[in-house]
Amino acid sequence: MMKTNSDSNEIGIKNACKLCTPLGASLAFKGIKGAIPFLHGSQGCATYIRRYLISHYKEPMDIASSNFSEETAVFGGGANLKLGLSNITKQYEPVLIGVATTCLSETIGDDVPMFLDEYKKYDDGGQKSHLVHVSTASYRGTHRNGYNDAVKATVASLLNKVGKTVTDERQVNLFPGMVSPKDIRYLKEILSDFNLRFIVLPDYSETLDGGLWSEYQKIPDGGTDVSDILKMGNSSLSIEFGRILANEDSAGKFLESTFDVPCKSMGLPVGVKETDIFFKSLEGLAGMDTPEKYQGERARLIDSYVDGHKYVAGKKAFVFGDEELVVGLASFLSEIGIKPVLCATGGQSGLLKKKIMEVNPLFSEPDCIVSEGIDFVGIMDFAKMLKPDILLGSSKGYHIAREMELPLVRVGFPIHDRVGGSRVSHLGYRGAQELFDRIANALIETKQASSDVGYSYI
Amino acid sequence: MTAIHILKDRENQIHETGKAPFNMACDKHSLSGSVSQRACVFCGSRVVLYPIADAVHLVHGPIGCAAYTWDIRGALSSGPELHRLSFSTDLREKDVIFGGEEKLYRTLTALIDTYSPKAAFVYSTCIVGIIGDDVEAVLRRVQKEKNIPVLAVHSEGFKGTKKDGYRAACEALFKLIGKGDASAVGKYAINILGEFNIGGEAWIIKNYYRKMGIDVVSVMTGDGRVEEVMKSHGAKLNVVQCSGSMTHLAKMMEEKYGIPYIRVSYFGIEDMSKALYDVAEFFSDNSHILEKTKTMVKEEVEAVYPELLSIRKALSGKKGAIYVGGAFKAFSLIKALKMIGMDVVLVGSQTGSEEDYAILKDMCDDGTVIVDDANPLELSKYIIEKKADLFIGGVKERPIAYKMGIGFCDHNHERKTPLAGYEGMLNFAREVYYTVTSPVWQFAPRNVVN
Repeated sequence: MMKTNSDSNEIGIKNACKLCTPLGASLAFKGIKGAIPFLHGSQGCATYIRRYLISHYKEPMDIASSNFSEETAVFGGGANLKLGLSNITKQYEPVLIGVATTCLSETIGDDVPMFLDEYKKYDDGGQKSHLVHVSTASYRGTHRNGYNDAVKATVASLLNKVGKTVTDERQVNLFPGMVSPKDIRYLKEILSDFNLRFIVLPDYSETLDGGLWSEYQKIPDGGTDVSDILKMGNSSLSIEFGRILANEDSAGKFLESTFDVPCKSMGLPVGVKETDIFFKSLEGLAGMDTPEKYQGERARLIDSYVDGHKYVAGKKAFVFGDEELVVGLASFLSEIGIKPVLCATGGQSGLLKKKIMEVNPLFSEPDCIVSEGIDFVGIMDFAKMLKPDILLGSSKGYHIAREMELPLVRVGFPIHDRVGGSRVSHLGYRGAQELFDRIANALIETKQASSDVGYSYI
Repeated sequence: MTAIHILKDRENQIHETGKAPFNMACDKHSLSGSVSQRACVFCGSRVVLYPIADAVHLVHGPIGCAAYTWDIRGALSSGPELHRLSFSTDLREKDVIFGGEEKLYRTLTALIDTYSPKAAFVYSTCIVGIIGDDVEAVLRRVQKEKNIPVLAVHSEGFKGTKKDGYRAACEALFKLIGKGDASAVGKYAINILGEFNIGGEAWIIKNYYRKMGIDVVSVMTGDGRVEEVMKSHGAKLNVVQCSGSMTHLAKMMEEKYGIPYIRVSYFGIEDMSKALYDVAEFFSDNSHILEKTKTMVKEEVEAVYPELLSIRKALSGKKGAIYVGGAFKAFSLIKALKMIGMDVVLVGSQTGSEEDYAILKDMCDDGTVIVDDANPLELSKYIIEKKADLFIGGVKERPIAYKMGIGFCDHNHERKTPLAGYEGMLNFAREVYYTVTSPVWQFAPRNVVN
């Protein structure tokens, strides 16, 4: 778990621009085939997180809980955890159970690894589900940390058993970070088109965005196969998205230090420049040029940048949400001529400003403010001061959009007030195309709606 | 069909009417690993107190509990909207080690200075007691300094079930009651308890009572105001909906202030009318009230009846499943579904009591499945086996229905449409009609004939 000195605050939060670590861990576990997340703590944690995720993904979201009682809190959660694992196994027959802790089990000092060892030795009834434990005390970090830590814990605990057998020159690991199911589908398409063998972890492109069922699926189909995760040590490269994550402990770095799989960290590929870095890496690895399909996407994207540049030129944007997406969007906006005047996140990695400076050559203070550990009341205060033209972020920015009469382009997580949260594209040339069109059209619509004339050509 | 097994420890919380002797277990702590649809103690307190719109609601703990309950309910306010903000002490590792009292003090006083609330509720979450914070002491200090009621809500998530959270909320409310001046409260005055003004429902209900000549002193807690709660001891009768959450408060008020209470429901024509007539009967010394009630009920029913009948025709024989928080709501929904021609094949609740389930059993036809504290797999199993056309529940139940190609009606607190009262019944019937008869189901695998 990441620890930085900046991860503290003196006074509470009003309308948080972050979520708790177990939510991130639960989401990551949903991207593993046959896996079920299991929160070790009170019943409410699992239920609230389920509800929050369902309102965005609109898919079944079964998350188990060890459901602490007063006795559990006094005597420790071992018995409850083992009973819960046994019950979840009977009900769901999972391939993997992702056990994430909560503030309660962390505070009382439960030794979860020991409980899991005991369970495996004495209680699992021969079911042999893989058990992955991740420490996610909600008073430490945000959902982003919980997500990344769950991915790392999965890789570290599964690969400790197997390790490396060979090096497969054409196999790549991709750790995409907390992106949309549609983004993950697109990334897989790209990797296929480069004729690479790939392991994307996590992959909730089907589990959290699938069709109707003819038979009930206890655990929705899809996700990264555990047998594939076990082969990650054989890959010739890991690609890990996230400029913040680049400075933190991660799954990719674990594979690098343990199995000599080089880890290439890069920003979330949002916009042309960050996407070019991704495609360059794939070209090098696959020994081929970017397929024409993507060259065409890139060409059309730049054509649209040109066609639309005057609609967006000089506009001031607020970008808020997860750090990695904020960095990606800042990079993208700076290449189309929109000024990201506020880059804001509830997280406190201590790295956001440095990373924004890396991707935005035009960055200068105080024209661009970077704010960590901020909440939505704080963002509203900035909005009143800086009077932006457009907001980019989760649907939790709607209150500001409404009060300030600003367009809000909903990106990232959560999107609770629109359909299609799973199908928002952010990544690659295709994602940038969607973002550009949405942003330009939102600005055009604002202009059109506020005009007395009612222009029908813009 | 994928077999769904019921956990042995859960078997006695599921009953199929007509099959075995009725002996249902309930009121139990949820089974570890069962994936209960329940939330926790904190949730129970938070939902009850949430609609009080001129109070600060501060969640003392790490960020999750406050973040997941920000603006979560469709509980409307006619004035201030403090309840729609989410405040958290956002405890961090440092606070967990050294204690959160100072941070609680700083946060609470800053919030009171900024928003000038009429009261403050401070919710304790799981770790507060464990790290040893003396919340009461901090709150006493703030109350003295700021001169407004500052109330502790003991809602540590693990200390019981959602029902214990209701209780903690009632205890906090009870401390406010009696603090105000009730001398101006009239002879025909009631409090409405357990009505949360989802989509404006409290306004609909209040309007009915007003037409009958009844004053409403306080709605607890829909469109709630601290001042109204403080003078609610002046009412002559407490009318309790959502009895699971508020009966405790009604009993305390009966004991201390001698105010009797009745249990009602505002869902469905039958129960809505009974709720009005029961109040009219209570004030039987004034015959005008009963007369006005009769006239009003007649008018209201006539206004919605023709459309309800046509919907009934379209839905006749369709099958409905119900899984809701409180059993009392389930009673009304069974009647409401029957009224629009539908059969009930599954009914359950998160927090029903033994008495509630006995009533449910008597209300249901043979072959109906009754569940207590169910989970997604159990609910899925029975809606598939019983071939439901409709599922009534909350957000967590919605995808269970949709994935299997079954219509859904949200009857929880996140909905934005009023379903209470006569017009609410019409909204409910329309929603059920639109979802059950939607053309989208023709593409659902269960309806595609190969």
